[in-house]
Amino acid sequence: MTQDPRNHPHDHAHAHDHDHDHAHDHAHSPPQPDDKVHSYYQILGVALKELLIEKGVVSAQEVRAAIEARDMITPANGAKVVARAWVDPAFRAKLRADANAAVAELGFPMPTTRLVALENDETTHHVVVCTLCSCYPRELLGLPPSWYKSRAYRARIVREPRAVLAEFGADVPEEVEVRVHDSTADLRYLVVPRRPEGTGALDEAALAALVTRDAMIGVAPARAP
Amino acid sequence: MTRDQAAPEAGPERFREGDRVRVRDDYPNGHFRTPVYARGKVGIVTRRFGAFGNPETLAYGLKGPKKHVYEVRFRQADIWPDYKGSPRDSVDIDLMDNWLEKA
Repeated sequence: MTQDPRNHPHDHAHAHDHDHDHAHDHAHSPPQPDDKVHSYYQILGVALKELLIEKGVVSAQEVRAAIEARDMITPANGAKVVARAWVDPAFRAKLRADANAAVAELGFPMPTTRLVALENDETTHHVVVCTLCSCYPRELLGLPPSWYKSRAYRARIVREPRAVLAEFGADVPEEVEVRVHDSTADLRYLVVPRRPEGTGALDEAALAALVTRDAMIGVAPARAP
Repeated sequence: MTRDQAAPEAGPERFREGDRVRVRDDYPNGHFRTPVYARGKVGIVTRRFGAFGNPETLAYGLKGPKKHVYEVRFRQADIWPDYKGSPRDSVDIDLMDNWLEKA
């Protein structure tokens, strides 16, 4: 007898609530498979992982730990960087001159990639894409949202950025330049959104709470307080 | 060229900030990281990033010579003739030295 919970005789697909002491005079649904169909490359990735584990190149534990470490990174890292830049002009200057050194100072080293900070102001609105794949400052923002990797975003944000920004709810005035950054090489980009009005009294932690992932990609402004 | 060979240096940078450059109009075999929408387009070098490993050889396990990477700024209206947006709008692309020529 299998231990697969989907094969448990009382795993009903119907929604009504009842106890299970009655006679089974109604039809049972078949076990429900995962509805996700894996793509060719997902299957290739799984096969490669299994081979590397079988051959002892890496262990399942190491693979899991690496995924876990990635999953622990959240956009809160980037938000701390932005909030510090808002309150500390010396840090902002350093972020502009050598972003890797600046973020390492806050505990976010990026040893393998070059980071560039893009500061939004009254004349320029920056937005980041990788039209070729999905380059993204993962050390600061964690894993990218699925739309960032979609062909629709990657094609449209360079072709009609203002229409895409409007769909995200960010209407950029005509007199402000929209500058798209196509992250095609070894550079990673962090957008420093404009500090919202009326935040003069907020401390750094409260400011960081206004800085969303989307604001640091450049598809939205920072949240209003 | 072998896998173990250290990457040779890239040589001097050919461009400076403010230089007008044209992207090679090419679609070579193999891996490359120049977006096709930029082929043949003219932009301005806005930043020099220094030399990086060349993805066109790294993709095949070969180190090869490093290449200088530049940030090149294009006017959207020059990339897309029917661009709808402000004439100020731009796109910055990180491009490798071997894809650029003086314009």
